[in-house]
Amino acid sequence: MSTIFEHYNYAIIIILMMTGLYVVFASGNMIKKLVGLSVFQTSVFLLYISMGKITGGQPPILTKADMEAGAKAAASHASDISHGAAGVSEHALQSASETIYSNPLPHVLILTAIVVGVATLAIGLALVVRTREAYGTIEEAEIDQLDYQRNQEGEGA
Amino acid sequence: MGLLSYFPEWVLTHGPALIVVLPLLLAVITALNPSEKLAWLTAWLTALFCGVVALGLLLQVISHGAIDYAMGGWQPPIGIAYHVDALNAPILLLVCVIAILVTLYALPSVVAEVEPKKRAPFYAAFMLAFTGLLGMVVTGDAFNVFVFLEVSSISTYVLVAMGASRDRRALTSAYNYLILGSIGATFFVIGLGFLYMQTGTLNMMDIARVLQEGGVDSRVTQLAFAFIVIGLGLKLAMFPLHMWLPGAYAYAPSFVTAFLAATATKAALYLLLRFVFTIFDPSWSFVTSALMYLVAGLGILGMIAASLQAIFQNDIRRVLAFSSVAQVGYMLLGIGMATTLGLTAGYLHMINHAVMKGALFLAVGAMWYRFGITQVRDMRGLFKTMPWTMSAFTIAGLSLIGVPGTAGFVSKLALVRAAAENGWWWAVGVIVVTSVLAIIYIGRMIEQAFFYDPPLKDGVPLAKNEAPFMMLIPMWILAIAGLWFGIDAEWTTSLARSAANVLSHGPILPTTMGGH
Repeated sequence: MSTIFEHYNYAIIIILMMTGLYVVFASGNMIKKLVGLSVFQTSVFLLYISMGKITGGQPPILTKADMEAGAKAAASHASDISHGAAGVSEHALQSASETIYSNPLPHVLILTAIVVGVATLAIGLALVVRTREAYGTIEEAEIDQLDYQRNQEGEGA
Repeated sequence: MGLLSYFPEWVLTHGPALIVVLPLLLAVITALNPSEKLAWLTAWLTALFCGVVALGLLLQVISHGAIDYAMGGWQPPIGIAYHVDALNAPILLLVCVIAILVTLYALPSVVAEVEPKKRAPFYAAFMLAFTGLLGMVVTGDAFNVFVFLEVSSISTYVLVAMGASRDRRALTSAYNYLILGSIGATFFVIGLGFLYMQTGTLNMMDIARVLQEGGVDSRVTQLAFAFIVIGLGLKLAMFPLHMWLPGAYAYAPSFVTAFLAATATKAALYLLLRFVFTIFDPSWSFVTSALMYLVAGLGILGMIAASLQAIFQNDIRRVLAFSSVAQVGYMLLGIGMATTLGLTAGYLHMINHAVMKGALFLAVGAMWYRFGITQVRDMRGLFKTMPWTMSAFTIAGLSLIGVPGTAGFVSKLALVRAAAENGWWWAVGVIVVTSVLAIIYIGRMIEQAFFYDPPLKDGVPLAKNEAPFMMLIPMWILAIAGLWFGIDAEWTTSLARSAANVLSHGPILPTTMGGH
């Protein structure tokens, strides 16, 4: 039991994931299915975000103190202007290595996945709009029935 | 390889990047292009250029071994690496050649099927799908695979929905494809997440290395494997995850169907090979049992069930779509054996099936173009009304059945040999039985076309009305390729064998990375 509470983020992710999938499969309404799909995809975003978290980790942003320490160190190399900018970040990183940061890579990855999710949702909604124009309904059962009727008529003709 | 010396240096050094970047950029330009003719020309020239690059890459891989390309000069494992070896170079060429041929075909077919103002964006979506397929095959970065998988999938949903002006069921088919495709891609990305948790890296070779150092017994690795296999299974239409495929193939515009049938499932199948054999290790017990019971088992089930379903379909394209699911089963059976012979056979069948299914769908598209034929019973007398189209259809159909002298025979024979060598005699039996089922569903169509007279219109039989030249050329190139690969199978077999060699060497380790 305690492990569930310690890893409550994963418990939430699993619940969201299953809820989303269930809605996709159980719902006959095309919009509701897309809602389910979005919930399902969002749970994966959370999975990635919690994956990047390191206990005691800071947000992976250089603080002012880090920058000042870096700039001070860089100032001693000021004669070499071309390497100035690189010097700042390099020294800033050196002093930064004493602090623990969360892993920013999963966040960046999931930013891509969010964009993909938005694109999928947009196409999905566009298809729903077109379906409604073509069939006059967005309930899958009714659409199936309309298709079936037309098939029967086609057979008869 | 004398041919290699004709390629300029920059094509060979930057080929892996060019093949993806060029169609991607030109797709954007095409989308803004008001002229459909210009859009078509851009798409065709792009496919042609990518085909030349892919040929150059393949020749280079054959003569000099694998190529590694660090995107933007950022060395792996930090940067995104592109990796071309004997496993993916033939698929790159296959995708490009099919794209060149179907784009030729598109010129008359799109005019008949897509509304005028949507034609230029339609070509743009096609180029994006093309980019995505090439990208997911060429990349050596696991997350990059997901990005390209979605680039190709999302543009494919659009392409399938474009069939709506022909049949409104294209909309619901595209929607179902979107739902299932997104679930598949999301499963894949969950798997990648677990893989990243276990290894802390996204470069395929690096993942393989870290997993080799100690990821075998980890539950996280096993979870990652399960999610990736199921996610890719949805994308490659592994039975019973194939529900999206018949609708999408049956109602998309003809040229989209031919392109998808010949390339999309193949690229996903390549990814399955890449992940299972070179990132995970087929000698691990959970991978071995998954290959044997899941991949080969579902392959066999798919062969039987989908072939049976194909027999009872009335729509020609649905027959061929179910047959595609069955053919994917053959490939999975070969892969599931996990022996060099089995992998060679599976890979060979992948190439041959792309060629013959491409020809079949192109021929069916031409029948619709001239006579509006979609049902099997409407094919009456086609040998009289469209002799050239129907001949190409028959050649490709015989190849699908596996008649000696055709490509389908070569790969089925290789599969039978591999199964026999493995002692899987029941699999040999299933291959024979499903080939008989193929005789039924293909034979049914040829019977209608050959033995019946053309239907009467106003009291006179329909006159001969052959498909336009631009449709016949790609169809016949594929049909002749199907015959050629059946009579002289040396080239395709050697490609498949070297791909199987890459796979049976197990995980790709960064020893090939040079400076690393």
